[in-house]
Amino acid sequence: MAERLLEVEHITKRYMLGVINARTFTQGLNSWFARKRGRDDPNRKIGADTSHDGELFTAVEDMSFAADRGDALALMGRNGAGKSTILKLISRITAPTEGEIRIHGRVASLLEVGTGFHPELTGRENIFLNGSILGMRKSEINKKLDEIIEFSEIEQFIDTPVKRYSSGMHVKLGFAVAANLAPDVLICDEVLAVGDLNFQQKCLNKMTDVARSGRAVLYVSHNMRTVAQLCNRALFLDHGHLEYDGTVERAIELYSGAGNRDVERDLDAMTRPRRRGEIMRMLRMVVLNSLNMEFQQDGEWRFRLTGRSNIAEQNLRLRVILVNNMISPVAMTQTRAFDVYAGERFTLEVGLSLEGIAPGEYTVRFSLVSDRIGGGSNYYDSIDDVGQLVVLDDPVVNQGFRWEARLWGNVRMRPLDMARVPEECE
Amino acid sequence: METQQSKNYWTTRIRPKTGWFDIDLVDLWRYKDLIWLLVKRDFKLIYKQTILGPAWIVIQPLLTTLVFTVVFGNLAGLPTDGMPRFLFYMGGNIAWQFFANCLNRTSRTFITNRQLFEKVYFPRLSMPIATVCSQLINFFVQFALYIGFVVVYALRPNPVVHLNWRLILLTPLMLLQLGMLGLGFGIIISSVTKKYRDLALLVSFGVHLWMYATPVTYPSSMIAQKAPELLGVYMLNPMTPLIEMFRSAYLGTECLYMNYYWLSLLMTVLIFGVGVVMFSHAEKTIMDTV
Repeated sequence: MAERLLEVEHITKRYMLGVINARTFTQGLNSWFARKRGRDDPNRKIGADTSHDGELFTAVEDMSFAADRGDALALMGRNGAGKSTILKLISRITAPTEGEIRIHGRVASLLEVGTGFHPELTGRENIFLNGSILGMRKSEINKKLDEIIEFSEIEQFIDTPVKRYSSGMHVKLGFAVAANLAPDVLICDEVLAVGDLNFQQKCLNKMTDVARSGRAVLYVSHNMRTVAQLCNRALFLDHGHLEYDGTVERAIELYSGAGNRDVERDLDAMTRPRRRGEIMRMLRMVVLNSLNMEFQQDGEWRFRLTGRSNIAEQNLRLRVILVNNMISPVAMTQTRAFDVYAGERFTLEVGLSLEGIAPGEYTVRFSLVSDRIGGGSNYYDSIDDVGQLVVLDDPVVNQGFRWEARLWGNVRMRPLDMARVPEECE
Repeated sequence: METQQSKNYWTTRIRPKTGWFDIDLVDLWRYKDLIWLLVKRDFKLIYKQTILGPAWIVIQPLLTTLVFTVVFGNLAGLPTDGMPRFLFYMGGNIAWQFFANCLNRTSRTFITNRQLFEKVYFPRLSMPIATVCSQLINFFVQFALYIGFVVVYALRPNPVVHLNWRLILLTPLMLLQLGMLGLGFGIIISSVTKKYRDLALLVSFGVHLWMYATPVTYPSSMIAQKAPELLGVYMLNPMTPLIEMFRSAYLGTECLYMNYYWLSLLMTVLIFGVGVVMFSHAEKTIMDTV
């Protein structure tokens, strides 16, 4: 049996809701007096919902899993599923409410690379500081120093104060330190969002090496391409529960949506991000022109959407986003603005033209938004996984080609406009 | 699920905070290199982008001592147990400043290091300990200067200053106690300031007032003469015997009420212990609330 490096056993983490700290003692007194007299807290953000105050919010509930030497484990789940909490618990930033985590060896976390860098110190000095913050002895860092400097690609600036570094250099140095310090468990959370493409690839390779050389990697990313490349096992988390522990392929499927192709949906019962769907809620969706959610290329999807609003709102829109099976959003469209009255139930009949969308399977996201002055959107309700939609491949339209989404993406542009030009006209 | 039976297989066990006495000193020892690097960092940063650099370490106590000498000595005419005023004030001042700096800085541990603590784990106690160590280095620089002045005065004909060798040998103990007392109070406050930030402001103000309740700018013999009824309360201040003792060691003033020193020592150990316990308790979940 492979050697165990990490065991997470029946871990639960709860936070108290609504306990934002008063900045100062007098503000604290103020808030306390106001609550005593049943008034609004003067220090609370305007419009904040107080109905959940004092309740415990369970970020992670009764979660158990383990990692062995050589495991590259992906943690997947939508926002609020508990991924970050789990990483924070394993890296000991906060203590669990229940359960126990056991670690063999050293944990290095890339929750945010380059933490503890002091801007006034040079790159070299910061390698030592950062390394020892991550739990290295001075002698160990000395041994690895050349390797770290080489990996960071910033040899020539290594004796320059870090405050003169670009953000890219900052990340490179931070990653170089953390990845080269030979941790037994390496935790990465979206570290690859920065840095150029070459360096990203280099980091991925390094992480694969770390896993192959008999250590364990815990990786959190919304980028399914890197997850598929790096990880050999995946956990799927949903609302603080561990729903699945197994292959990366299956976890990506779970993450990209349940693959539901029903043509009548009870939207009311679907889960939403926190605080959405409270004052306005989508209730039901019925597809009008398909029995299995399959559509022809350049076809149209027609459906009826019923919703309810507790407030009057002008300039409301329904927004539809298509997401591909790598969880990347592909396209967005929305209705024109419409008005609703307080307490009104409304039904919309919507036609969505699929023109230009390449053949393939897509997950549909719905949002009810209103225009905000300045160009943003207010989100009243949103559902990340309404269901799946399939655009059928039509070789006739594609001039005999089968669409390869992996190579060509998800947008089918119009055929190129071309004409042959006589030779002598040059 | 615990598969590896051997008890020592796991290097780390993360559990909910349970008891109050859940302090991992072995862990702290493993991070001794970090403490040393943090001290070095503090020291290096003094040099960066300042004109006078490390000279600030001595400028500050010298100027303060000069002001004390003029205001409390020459203008107010407070007694100094017959000692040269400059030496009298300087001795009290550097010892007091060491204590006060330790207290002030460690009391802000969680606030100043929030961003770091949110991202990565290391024994949180290494931060305040490093702070105390770098304050100690500053103190030694000032102390060397002080010794210089003491020697100058002691070499004059018919010196009033004479060294008390028995007490001088106790200097390391005094410094340890000053540091522990400052650290103890500081980490108690930092464990409480997780809720209210203005406590930290109150602290620097409070420490300033505290100085006047300690024989820094006057001798405690003055209290004995002018307000003997207050003396019992006055000597409860754990800093009083310490400052008096420190001055006696190098100036040879008579050290009154040595028996109160034991009380001071007891209080130091107690406060330090309570501080470490409170701090270790707070560090586990403080990042959820700061």
